[in-house]
Amino acid sequence: MSQLPSVLIQANAIDMTFGGRQVLSHGEAKVAEGEIVTLIGPNGAGKTTMVRIMLGLQSPDKGTVIRRPNLRVGYMPQSLNIDPSLPIDVLRFLSLGLARGDAGHDLRSSVLEDVGVCHVANSPIQKISGGEMQRVLLARALLRNPDLLVLDEPVQGVDVSGQSELYALIRKIRDHRGCGVLMVSHDLHMVMAATDYVICLNQHVCCAGHPETVSRHPEFVALFGEGVAAEFSIYQHDHDHEHDVRGNVITHDQKKYLNEYNNV
Amino acid sequence: MFDDFLIRALLAGCAVAAVAGPLGAFVVWRRMAYFGSTLSHAALLGIALGLLTGINTMLGVMLVSLIVALLMSLPHWRHKNDLLSEDTLLGILAHGSLALGLVAVAFLEDVRFDLNVFLFGDILAVTRSDLYWLYGGGAGVAIILIFMWRPLLSSTVHEELSIVEGVPVQTFRLVYVLVLAGVVALAMKVVGILLVTSLLIIPAATARPLSCTPEQMGILASVFGCLSVAGGLWGSANYNTPSGPSIVLAALVLFLAVRLFASFKRSV
Repeated sequence: MSQLPSVLIQANAIDMTFGGRQVLSHGEAKVAEGEIVTLIGPNGAGKTTMVRIMLGLQSPDKGTVIRRPNLRVGYMPQSLNIDPSLPIDVLRFLSLGLARGDAGHDLRSSVLEDVGVCHVANSPIQKISGGEMQRVLLARALLRNPDLLVLDEPVQGVDVSGQSELYALIRKIRDHRGCGVLMVSHDLHMVMAATDYVICLNQHVCCAGHPETVSRHPEFVALFGEGVAAEFSIYQHDHDHEHDVRGNVITHDQKKYLNEYNNV
Repeated sequence: MFDDFLIRALLAGCAVAAVAGPLGAFVVWRRMAYFGSTLSHAALLGIALGLLTGINTMLGVMLVSLIVALLMSLPHWRHKNDLLSEDTLLGILAHGSLALGLVAVAFLEDVRFDLNVFLFGDILAVTRSDLYWLYGGGAGVAIILIFMWRPLLSSTVHEELSIVEGVPVQTFRLVYVLVLAGVVALAMKVVGILLVTSLLIIPAATARPLSCTPEQMGILASVFGCLSVAGGLWGSANYNTPSGPSIVLAALVLFLAVRLFASFKRSV
C-alpha cells in the first residue's frame, strides 16, 4: 500500500470486540487532504467505535492507525452534556479548546459568525438549542485550525432544513480551508450531496465509493427514495454494486476495496 | 472579646474554606459529591492507622485517602461491563471503610481517644502547629489548583474532546483526586469526618446562582465558605453549640438565603 503524502489518517484492518461481541472486523478507512469521507451504517455498525479508534480514544484489539506527523485534529463530539451547575458561556467554552491566550475574543467571534451562530456568543452553553450547539461544537473544532476535522453525527438534533445547511457548511469549510473531513452519519440521503467518499460499515466494510457514481445507479436511486426501509437494504446490496461501471463500489473483498481506494 | 483560641479557629477555618470553595466547585460540576463522602469516611481508618502506628494522624488520613483515591481511579474499579453502578460501589467503599475505621479505633485501648473529635471536628482546639499545617497544605492546594484550573475545567466540560485536543486528562484527574484527598484531611480538623463534604459542596452550590463564569463561582464559594466558618464560630461562641455542625448550619442558612433571593429575583 503506498502512503501518499497527502493522506492525513489511515486505519488498517481494525478489529474490535466489546464484551465478546465483535464490533469491528477488518475495518478500513482513509482520509486525504481536502477530502470528505463519510462513514455510514446502521446502529451498532461500529461507526463511532471506528472514529474513536482513529482519534486515539480507544485502542483496537488488532490493526493500526497511521496519522500524518503533527496532524492537527478538530473533533466535534456527538453531543455535549455539561452539568447545569457549571456557569460557562459560549465564548468561554470556545476558548477552552486552545492554549492559553491563543484565540482572542475577535477570532472566536468571527469563527462563531462563520458557522452562523454569533448571536449565542454570550449565552450560557446549557441554554442554546441542539442546532446551535452543533454549530458551536463545529466552531470549537475549527478554532484549532485543523488539518483533519472529525465529526461524529454532526446533524444530530438538528431539523431537516438545518441538516442540509449544516452539510453545506461543512462542505464550504472544506473548500475554504482544504482540510480533510471524516464524518459519521446514518442519514444516507442528506450526506450524499456533501461527501466525496462513502464507506458503508456494518462491522466490516460493506461497500465504499464515490456517492456521485453510486447515486447514478438506478437501483441505488430507487433504494434511496424509499425511506428507512431503503436505508437498511443498502447494507445488503453488495452484489448490486459489484457490477458498477466504474467499479467504485465493491463488496466484502477488502483487498479489492483497498486497491480501489488507493486509486482514488 | 475574641479569645485567642477563637481567632485560631477562625484562621484555621478560613484556610480550609478558601481552598475547599473552588475545589468543591469541581466536585459539584463533576458530580462527585458521593466521591467526596467516600474519601472522608475512609479518613477515620487513616486516623486509626495514625494512632496505632504512632505517626501523625493527619499523615495517616492523607495516606488512606490517597489509597482510596487511587483505588477508585483504577480502571478496573469502573469496568465497562460492571453490573453495579458507580454510586453503589462508592457506597460500599464508603461505609465499608468507615466500619473498618470504627472497628480499628476500638483496638486503641491504651490511647486516650475521643471519637467525637474526629467525627465532628474540633476546630476550637486548633493549635499553632495545626495552623502551620493548614496554611502550608492550603497554599500547596491553591498553587496546584491554579496550575491545573484550565485543563481540569476543559476535561470537566468534555473529557474526550480534551483528550483529542491533547490534554493529559488521566493525569489531571489523578492529581485532582489526590488534592481532594488532601483537602478532606485538612477539612476534617474543622468540621469532622461526617461533615467534610458539606464544606466542599454547600458553598459552591450557594455561589452558583450568583456566578456567570467558573472562576466567579470558585471565588464566591471561597467567600461563602469563610462566611460560614465565621458565622458558625460566632453561633458556637454565643450559644455554646458544637462548632463543626454550627459551621455547616451557617453554610446551609447562606445557601437557603441565596437560593430564596435568586428565585425571588427570577420571578420579579
